[in-house]
Amino acid sequence: MSNTYFDNNVFNKGKAFIPFLTAGYPTLEATEKLILKMEEAGADLIEVGIPFSDPIAEGPVIQKSSQLALKNGVNAEKIFEMLKRIREKSNLPMVFMAYANSLFVYGLDKFFQKCQELEIKGVILPDVPYEEKEEFEEVAKKYDVEIISFIAPTSNDRIKMIAQASRGFIYVVSSLGTTGVREEITTDLGAINEVIRQTTITKTAIGFGINNPIQAKEIAKHSDGVIVGSAIIKLIEKSGDNYLDAVYNYVKEMKEAINL
Amino acid sequence: MTNGKYGEFGGQYIPETLMHEIINLEKSYDFYKNDEKFNEELNSLLKKYAGRPSLLYFAKNMTKDLGGAKIYLKREDLNHTGSHKINNVLGQVLLAKYMGKKRVIAETGAGQHGVATATAAALLGLECEIFMGKEDTKRQALNVYRMELLGAKVNAVESGTATLKDAVSEAMREWSRRVDDTLYVLGSVMGPHPYPMIVRDFQSIISKEAREEILKVEGKLPAAVLACVGGGSNAIGMFYNFIADKQVRLIGLEAAGKGVDTEFHAASITKGTLGIFHGMKSIFCQDNFGQIAPVYSISAGLDYPGIGPEHAYLHKTKRAEYIPITDDEAVDAFEYLSRKEGIIPAIESAHAVAYAMKLAPTLKNDENIIICLSGRGDKDVAHIARYRGLNIYE
Repeated sequence: MSNTYFDNNVFNKGKAFIPFLTAGYPTLEATEKLILKMEEAGADLIEVGIPFSDPIAEGPVIQKSSQLALKNGVNAEKIFEMLKRIREKSNLPMVFMAYANSLFVYGLDKFFQKCQELEIKGVILPDVPYEEKEEFEEVAKKYDVEIISFIAPTSNDRIKMIAQASRGFIYVVSSLGTTGVREEITTDLGAINEVIRQTTITKTAIGFGINNPIQAKEIAKHSDGVIVGSAIIKLIEKSGDNYLDAVYNYVKEMKEAINL
Repeated sequence: MTNGKYGEFGGQYIPETLMHEIINLEKSYDFYKNDEKFNEELNSLLKKYAGRPSLLYFAKNMTKDLGGAKIYLKREDLNHTGSHKINNVLGQVLLAKYMGKKRVIAETGAGQHGVATATAAALLGLECEIFMGKEDTKRQALNVYRMELLGAKVNAVESGTATLKDAVSEAMREWSRRVDDTLYVLGSVMGPHPYPMIVRDFQSIISKEAREEILKVEGKLPAAVLACVGGGSNAIGMFYNFIADKQVRLIGLEAAGKGVDTEFHAASITKGTLGIFHGMKSIFCQDNFGQIAPVYSISAGLDYPGIGPEHAYLHKTKRAEYIPITDDEAVDAFEYLSRKEGIIPAIESAHAVAYAMKLAPTLKNDENIIICLSGRGDKDVAHIARYRGLNIYE
């Protein structure tokens, strides 16, 4: 189990706050600024989404941001260039969130090699379950990159199997359905967490549906970290020119709330 | 569990949220496909409700006109709801019922699979929701009303390009929202395992009947069997029981739209590349970064940017041939069959007819070929009229 990087750099400052960004939304320049601003605000890890034309695990907000980014001509190469610029200024932990096809068509070796160059230590693949993981993991290992596993509310008797094979950290899906803000999260996250804890020491982060500090604080009781995506994309959308400050304040508030 | 690979193709590339249920589906299918009661009920529905076996019709006028091989039509257009889609849908909706599901969901392009699913759900007393691209709901308003008439709720999908691929994505999303009481009834031999296997099994009745019948009437196997290919369900149905008969050519006809060298086609095998999408590894129309390309065909039923994994495998192993047919060729064949035989084919099936018109004259008189006439063309009449410059709307 090779969790050291994540244990020592992400989950070492209390509960981790992990914001998501669609790379290229609203522009790639904005993404660059946002990443640095989120680091300043106390983000422990940033999930950089590579936009895909048909993201089946996403709700309307991230779908729309992905479409817009693609319309602006964003692609993997341009995202790598942007991250290279970030790396000149910061060593903040980052992971990619991407659909299997984006890696597969780009070339697995080429993709994971880029990750290594950019010090991206993990890749989250929402359409690659345990059964299909090996194909990706085999190559990722060569470049010291971890494939992050998902555990969902429906995983039931699969939890142990997934947890046992997990590397980096575990992404626990809070709710059925796709990404997107929810009023209420009804999954028994405590019970899922208990099974994971009996099985592995790999750290966990819960995502899907989380949006406000009160909710995040509650969720954080059952994990080592909290992931927020759609709420941030929405905040960027409605904040106009003020988006950097708005996101800074939000990230700061969330990081504080989950560690109260 | 096999995880459904056909060589390098197939697999289960779906979110973890769906894995438990997809495994449950495979287990249930493996159980019921050998269950006597299930099979009795399904066979009775196919016979008494759908009207099987479908006719193997000798197209005498066409044969005489073209010269060469005898042409037979496997008349899936005569099934209830007017296409081969009912074969799969009766199987899957009945399976949903045996699995204790209360609700089925499905994607549809032109509306054939949606109408068939709504029909089976009405018959078997299940709730039904259909996902259809918003663009398609406009183009096929009559089918939307038809599905509603059958008691289904139709959701217009606005994401992406608002066509068939987006309807599939949205049906998958909806399934992940509500897995417990719902079965996703997939309409083609695509998606994650076990769908390509289940749909192929339910559609293979086409070649089972055709093989028996042609041996009875001709005393020999056909030189070739032909079927149009979008995702590939009628084609796999037409091919399946002939795969072991190496002397029978298996020919799939893809939608070349305005030409495979234009941007306006849906010819996945001719122009596509290896990728992972909608739960499967297969061949897709996509760009260098793996973004799925918008596709085009005059035929909404072939308007899909990929092809089922078993077809990709049959192509790779060279057991089957896949040939592009343009809109123009398909429309010519649509009119030709109407005039020659008094049969108006679906514009999808007309792609297969178009290639038969080229192939038959090159074969000998004592040979025969079978075209899968996958659907009837009533739904296309107004569209073809407009293609020919007449301003007719339904």
